[in-house]
Amino acid sequence: MAATQEEIVEGLAEIVNEIAGIPTEDVQLDKSFTDDLDVDSLSMVEVVVAAEERFDVKIPDDDVKNLKTVGDATNYILKNQA
Amino acid sequence: MSKIKAPKGAPFARILGVGGYRPVRVVPNEVILETIDSSDEWIRSRSGIETRHWASDEETVAAMSIEASGKAIADAGIAAEQIGAVVVATVSHFSQTPAIATEIADKLGTNKAAAFDISAGCAGFGYGLTLAKGMIVEGSAEYVLVIGVERLSDLTDLEDRATAFLFGDGAGAVVVGPSEEPHIGPTVWGSEGDKAGTIKQTVPWDRFKVGDVSALPLDSKGEIKFPAITQEGQAVFRWAVFEMAKVAQQALDAAGISPDDLDVFIPHQANERIIDSMVKTLKLPGHVTVARDVRTTGNTSAASIPLAMERLLATGEAKSGDTALVIGFGAGLVYAATVVTLP
Repeated sequence: MAATQEEIVEGLAEIVNEIAGIPTEDVQLDKSFTDDLDVDSLSMVEVVVAAEERFDVKIPDDDVKNLKTVGDATNYILKNQA
Repeated sequence: MSKIKAPKGAPFARILGVGGYRPVRVVPNEVILETIDSSDEWIRSRSGIETRHWASDEETVAAMSIEASGKAIADAGIAAEQIGAVVVATVSHFSQTPAIATEIADKLGTNKAAAFDISAGCAGFGYGLTLAKGMIVEGSAEYVLVIGVERLSDLTDLEDRATAFLFGDGAGAVVVGPSEEPHIGPTVWGSEGDKAGTIKQTVPWDRFKVGDVSALPLDSKGEIKFPAITQEGQAVFRWAVFEMAKVAQQALDAAGISPDDLDVFIPHQANERIIDSMVKTLKLPGHVTVARDVRTTGNTSAASIPLAMERLLATGEAKSGDTALVIGFGAGLVYAATVVTLP
């Protein structure tokens, strides 16, 4: 069953916490991965791969650079999840 | 039809000796920062690299190879004339004809050993090792010298902030010889040419022949840039960590070795972040020693695995007889992984 927006944000928060050690409550829709959450370009790849597995979605490298905020990633997953 | 006599080789092969050569000049991140807008902290956090070695004019591909090979031959306890073949893996020897392997074979004092170069990027060492194993088991050579050597400083764009800090120079060599027991596992290798563009040379050499300067990249002073290696960092990182972890696991399975049986992990020293993520993805147990030579050697492409192997043995972090997983991966994209017993 497709995940809701709330479930996706919650899932991303757990992933970002696991990879970058950021408290889950800091991961909110308006937060920028790079500027607010200390997720650099390589950690972002790890976040993306973990999100692909968790939400059954493919996020090609060309699309990763457009995912600036948690909201961008959430919308992408909402639209593209299987 | 006449009957051809079957070739007769050794039952198995093993690495008998290893040697390395690092250029004298040590280049800290401060030197890299003279030409790119970055910081020591940024370079370390993205790559783990603190210093690398850059070769002088005298430290040629041949000279570095001969130094590393001399040590490997001594470590193996054989004489140079016993070597039947010399395989040189490199992408940074700039005279394609003749192969540099022939000069190296001659200067080392081999007895007219077969000698040739191979181009398999950062997987070059694994490709060479696989060829060596085949030659020994098939019987066309009793001992084979496999050299990985690079002068990547010659192929580095010092104004590219994504790659200027990555590359280093050096040579690593191993002697592979006969064995009664298997000490080199099956190789899991391959290529993914659909990703050829993710790591590549900026312009091909023949662009210079055309003489059309407008088609060549220029540096900040308007001078024509020598070709350099560029890469799509995120795409390479994803492939290296997640696809190569699968290949590494396949090599363990093919050798019948569980992660618990493993003593040492020697991945290609591309970037410490890739190494960290691979270790995590492979779920390697804490007792496995992981090579992190990239910190002080940078990425030396085909040379990185034998250089890291030599250092682990020299520092005592690994010992002779340890079981090691080695995996090379890079431009092509190509890869090669296998399990070996350390010399």
